[in-house]
Parts: sequence; structure tokens; C-alpha cells
Amino acid sequence: MSDLSQTRTFDEFMEGIWRQNPVFVMVLGMCPTLAVTVSAMNALSMGLATAFVLVCSCGLVSLMRNIVPKEVRIATYIVIIATFVTVVDYAIQAVSLAVYDALGAFIQLIVVNCIILGRAEAHASKHPPATAMVNALGMSLGFVIGLLALGTVREVLGAGTLFGVSLFGANFQPWVVMVLPPGGFIVLGAWLLLFSTLKQRKEVRLAEQGGGHGA
Amino acid sequence: MTVQTEIRSAPHIKGPRSVEQIMANVVYSLAPICAFFVYQYGISALASILVVTASCLLAERVFVRTGTQAGSLSDFSATITGLLLALTLPPGFPLWMGVVAGFSAMALGKALFGGIGFNVFNPALVGRAFVQAAFPAAIATYTPSFLPGRFTEFIPSSLAWPLMAPADTAAWLKAMQYDALASASPLARWKFEGFVTPAWDLVTSLTGHMAVGPSPLLILLCGAYLALRRFMDWRIPIAVLGSAGLSALLIYAVFGTRFPDPFFMLFSGGLVLGAVFMATDMATSPVTPRGMWLYGALIGLLTVVIRFYSGLPEGVMYAILIGNAATPLIERITQPTPFGKGVSIRARRQATYTLHPDYISREEAGAKTPKKRFLKNKPK
Amino acid sequence: MNTSAIPPQATPATSLVKTLGIVSAVCGLIIVGAYQGTYDAAAANRRLALERTVFKVVPAAKSMVEWQATPQGIRPAGGEPAPGAVKFYAAYDAQGALAGIAVEGAAKGYADTVRILFGYSPDCQCVTGFGLVASKETPGIGDKIVTNHEFLANFDALDVKLNAELSALANQVKVVKHGTKSQAWEIDAIAGATVTSRAVGKAINDSAQQLLPKLVPETEKLRKKES
Repeated sequence: MSDLSQTRTFDEFMEGIWRQNPVFVMVLGMCPTLAVTVSAMNALSMGLATAFVLVCSCGLVSLMRNIVPKEVRIATYIVIIATFVTVVDYAIQAVSLAVYDALGAFIQLIVVNCIILGRAEAHASKHPPATAMVNALGMSLGFVIGLLALGTVREVLGAGTLFGVSLFGANFQPWVVMVLPPGGFIVLGAWLLLFSTLKQRKEVRLAEQGGGHGA
Repeated sequence: MTVQTEIRSAPHIKGPRSVEQIMANVVYSLAPICAFFVYQYGISALASILVVTASCLLAERVFVRTGTQAGSLSDFSATITGLLLALTLPPGFPLWMGVVAGFSAMALGKALFGGIGFNVFNPALVGRAFVQAAFPAAIATYTPSFLPGRFTEFIPSSLAWPLMAPADTAAWLKAMQYDALASASPLARWKFEGFVTPAWDLVTSLTGHMAVGPSPLLILLCGAYLALRRFMDWRIPIAVLGSAGLSALLIYAVFGTRFPDPFFMLFSGGLVLGAVFMATDMATSPVTPRGMWLYGALIGLLTVVIRFYSGLPEGVMYAILIGNAATPLIERITQPTPFGKGVSIRARRQATYTLHPDYISREEAGAKTPKKRFLKNKPK
Repeated sequence: MNTSAIPPQATPATSLVKTLGIVSAVCGLIIVGAYQGTYDAAAANRRLALERTVFKVVPAAKSMVEWQATPQGIRPAGGEPAPGAVKFYAAYDAQGALAGIAVEGAAKGYADTVRILFGYSPDCQCVTGFGLVASKETPGIGDKIVTNHEFLANFDALDVKLNAELSALANQVKVVKHGTKSQAWEIDAIAGATVTSRAVGKAINDSAQQLLPKLVPETEKLRKKES
């Protein structure tokens, strides 16, 4: 029994990382994904900020799921999400002003990140707090991975560094396009191509196996 | 009675020309231009042409093998892309950046859309636009032509290690007693220093140590060969050059000495090469004759506007890319009226057509439908 | 209207208001808590960042005081900023003597407004250096303004003397084409980054024109650090 519940928890966790990855599979939250991923550090901070908001608001939404009438549920969710975004906004200012300046308006814009409202509506409002938070944690980890995937490629090619550490020495020739908006679209496109190719291959393999078993 | 009838839809009469034949002829006409480029800049230009073309061919081969592409390696289209791309880059462009340019030309300009005939933008220009955005400093670094040691010595920036910044050509030139002015392209010299190079020097490109591409005269001659053999439509280059010349003349006449004369505009930069070889790319230019005029005029006008009023000295690349993007729209508004339509609709409505037995095709027992070529993984 | 079908259970209005009220109250408490908890750290961070830039353009500085210049004269900042006031920072060395003055400036660059902070030395009446506060200039081209040594050398002693009536600059700060600087008040632009170079020059010129006529007559007020 505990075995079963453990696998289920694990499934909830893995769902956001792989099968329903918010960046590569659902293609949600593109605004921060494209805008702030010029460096791995920015991508990581943005991912963690979103993760904090996502986990906390899913927890609170789940706690309140039985007392909130469905007529006002969207208003409630937005208020809760906006609260945690404000908290994160203050927290980042207190921790590092450089990160705050680099992320700019995109911290406040976490309020309208559709991953968060989507999770609150689709999952947290129907599940107990523990499950909701585990699922939210998986989702946010998937989002962090997605942002990091873009951020590392763009920083390595665009500046020759990774988390500010120089990789190729002083003579590196930066690819300026990578830190400009077109670079974001090109790198995102390349990652989406990779993921959809992997998915297609897997489907073909499954179909072949399934056909064999069926016969 | 062993006659086999083929049943297929129109067109029934095809010209004897194939894509391969047209493309091969474009390559032949590009050969003298490339030779002149090598004569101007020596082994660096040769290496640049070879490496860029090879990377285009390699990229084409990779994408064709995924089974998502129309066309094949043998249709010469990738070769043309590579040659044109190399001709638009500075001769001392680092070779590894040339590989990046060639690969992105094929990937972003062609493979993304499904291969030959499906591309929206000219692949060579997409590649150039990519490296222009990625390496703005390297792509603006020209060296003077006809340097004495050009057949034995590489321009130092050519041989930069992959991912590394190219060597400083200004210091190299200084060591050879050339001032930095000679290594600025005529357009950059006009834009930033107000110096107008005499047009005749530009036409032949044979005079002195100038940072220019192949001779516009030679390009026009090669273009004339293609146009005379009907491998290329003459309307587009004429429209591009005419519109660029006219708008430059107009601005020159109205605002006077602040702007260079129209001949300088016509023969500087890549305008002639772009007009003859890039704007005329069949897949990315309109097919209607009136559309061709409109398309060419748009490119010429945009070139002059970008050169005069933007921060960049050269505008041909963006003008042609914008023209490419406008092509579907241009084709839509320049559709010719089919014969019989428009003038007397009423008469047509009253006309009756009897069904004549001759109109009905006879299907014979041995008739075979030709197999259609479908791509394995072609996305719907 | 057919009332025999099961009517959807209507939630009473009071319950809606109550729920929203509770949620808002809880959220309000969280926000206020976070604000109180982080206020000091955030303010300290902001001060540190500003000090770092000021100390960069006035290298001898060890401490600084914020001032503002109003049409009536200069006074230490604090309280309500008067309309039309220009902010500047007086930087002092370890002994409390005036090391230099840092002034903010901004002008339109290639991509967006370039905001800079430049150091002004009352002794030589010249600009002694500048630092970037915020810019979105093209990486690799526009950001050369802080790395190009030839360009930075313009600001070793950029002349911003006032005219005899102390009403405006004697010579406008001008950005000239690369390699043609001939006067102490001219800035030699970076070849290929002319627009951004011009923005820096314009920012310095505009701020100096506005501030210096008010500041120079009263420089003595700033000489000693008030503690």
C-alpha cells in the first residue's frame, strides 16, 4: 500500500519534469522563458522565484480548496499568487540588487505566468496539500530545467561563460545574436525540435512494440 | 494493342528544362565571379568560398538524410547558396564563422521550411543575416583588394581558431604600410566619413586597393548570360537597379550634396550581386510579371532608404529579405485576369457548352497512374 | 421558467464576501510581513550599489552625501525634493575633504536611454570619469563605452568650465568623429559605436549645463563633510 502511494507521489513529481514539462511539452510561460534567459544565473533565479510562487500558492490554494466557493475561485487564486509574487519581489531585492535589475519587470509578471494559475486551477484545487505541493515542485523543477537549458546555451555561446565562469579564455568571440531576442527564439526552437524528435521516436518504438504484442 | 496511356492532371506539356539544369547554369555563371573574387583577395577568398560551400553541402546532406526535405544534394541549389554566401562575406571572414554561416543558411533558411522550393527567404541571405547578428564586428572588417602577398599569405583573421576572436587585421595592415581607411568598404567610408568613391572605380573594381566585392560589370555580364538563355527573369534585376537608381537620383536631386550620386549607389556594396543573383531566386520571388516589377521596385527603394537613413552602411540584404517576405502578398495582388473574365461576364453566363464526346478522356484497360513522389516524413 | 430541474446551489453573497475578505486579510498579512522583513536589507543593498558606482567615478572617495541643487541654491537632500531639483552626490575621502562630485545623467542611446553617473572635480572644473548605471546597448558594440581604453581616456580631464557669468558651460561638451579630438571639451567617439558615444556626451553635457551654474558658486559649502 505504501509502495503504491510512493510510486504515485513519484509519478506526480516526475510529471512536470518530463511528461508535461511546462517549457518543452506544454510550451507555457514563454514570456520569461525567452526574455530572461540571457545567462544561466538569470535563468536559475527566475526559475527559483517562479518555483517559490508555484509551490506556495499551490499549497495555500489546496488548503483553501474546501472553503472557497467556485464563483470566486479565480479571484482568490490570483490574490494568493499575487501575494507570493510580491513576497518574492521583496526577497530578491533584499538578496541581490544585481539579479533584481537583470530580471526587471519579469518578476512582477510571474503573476500572469499561466503555469501557476493553470496548476492552481487544474491540480491544486482538487488535491490535498501534500500532493499538490509535490506536483507543483515537479512542475517548477521542470520549469527551472527548461530555463536553464536555454540559459546555459545562450550564455555559453553569447558570452563564453557559464554562471559567470569563463570557459574559453579571454580570446573568445561572443555570438552577439544569442543574447539578443532572436537568439532566444532560435535556441528555444532548437530545444523544442530535439524534444519533439525524441518524443516521436519513442512513439514509433512504442507503436512497434504494441503492434507486436497485439498480434 | 499494347499502347499504355498515362492518366494525369495538367500540365501536360513540360519544357525540357529541369531544376538541375537551371541550377547548374547558375553555378557556371557564378564561376567567373568567384574567380575574380579569388584574383582580388587571394587564398583567403578561395578558402572562404570552399569552406562556406562545403559547409552548405554538408548541412544539406544531413538534412536531406532526415527524410524531411524536398530535393537532393545533386540539384546544385546548396552549391549556389554556398557560393553566394561566400561572395557576400568579407574575404577575411574567419573560416569557422563561415561554417556557422553556411550551416545556419541551410538550417534556418531552407531545411526549416522543407527544402528546395519551399523556402520563404533566400537561404544565403538568411545565413548572412545570422552571422551579421552574431558577429557584427567580424562581418564589418574588410581588407583592401590586390594586396601584394595575397596568393601566398592568408589574411590573419581567416585563420582564427574555432570559437575564438579573429586576429586584428588593422595591425596587420599597418605593418604593411596601409592606412586603416583603405580597409573600410566604400559604403562605410561614405556613411562614416562622407567620402564618395568614384563610380567608375567601383564598376571595374580593378583600381587600387579598395575593399570591394567582385566587379559589378562582371556580375552584370554573367547575369546577362543567364537572362539571355532564359534561366533567369530579366525583369527583377532591371526593376531593382532601376528603382534604386531612380530613388537615389530623386534624393540626390532634392537634397543635393548630403547624399552621394546615384551611380555610387548602384555600383557600391552588394546591390548588383543582390539584384542579379539573390533577388531572382525562383522560390522566393513572385511569378507574375507585374509582381516581378513591383517586387524589384520594392527592393531597390528599401535598399536606398536603409543605406541613407539607418545606422547600417549596407541595406541590400535586409531589403531582399523584406521583399521575400512580401512575395506572397505581391503575387496575390498582381494575379493576371484569366482570358474571358472581367470584361463581359453577362455574355459568358448565357453561353452554353455542349458535352462533346471528344472532351471525355478514354480510360483504357492498361492505363496507369503515375506514382506520386511523397516524402517519407514530410510534415503535413 | 422550469423550476422542477435541480437548481444549482446558489452560494449566499455573504459567504462569498466572507471568503474573499479572509483570503485578502491573510494575503495582506503575508505581504506586510515580507515588506517589513526585507526593508532594511533592500535599502542597504540599494545604498551599497549606489556607493559602488559613486566610488568608481570618484576613486579617492570613502564616503558620500546626497545633495540637491534647487533654483535657490544647493542643500543636502532629504525631505521633499523640490520641483526642478537636480540630485548629485558629494564624495569625501578618508579625511573628510571633498574628493569629487558624482552627477547623474541620461540620454537616448541606440536601444534605450543610457543612464550614467559621472565624476566632476571642482578643482580642475572637469569631468574625471564616468560609470554606467543602466544601458541596453548592443552587446559587443555599444557596451564598448566602458571597456574601450581610448574612449575612457577622454574622461581623464574633460573640460566643463563655466563661462564668465557662470550661467552656462563655456564650451559645450561635443562628441566628435573618431580620431578628430582637438579640444579639451571634445569627446573622441568610438568608431562603430558613434550613437552610444554621442549619448554619453549628451548626458554629460545636459546634466552639466543644468547643474553646474547652480553648483559652482556654492562649492565652498561642500568642502568639508558635515557630520
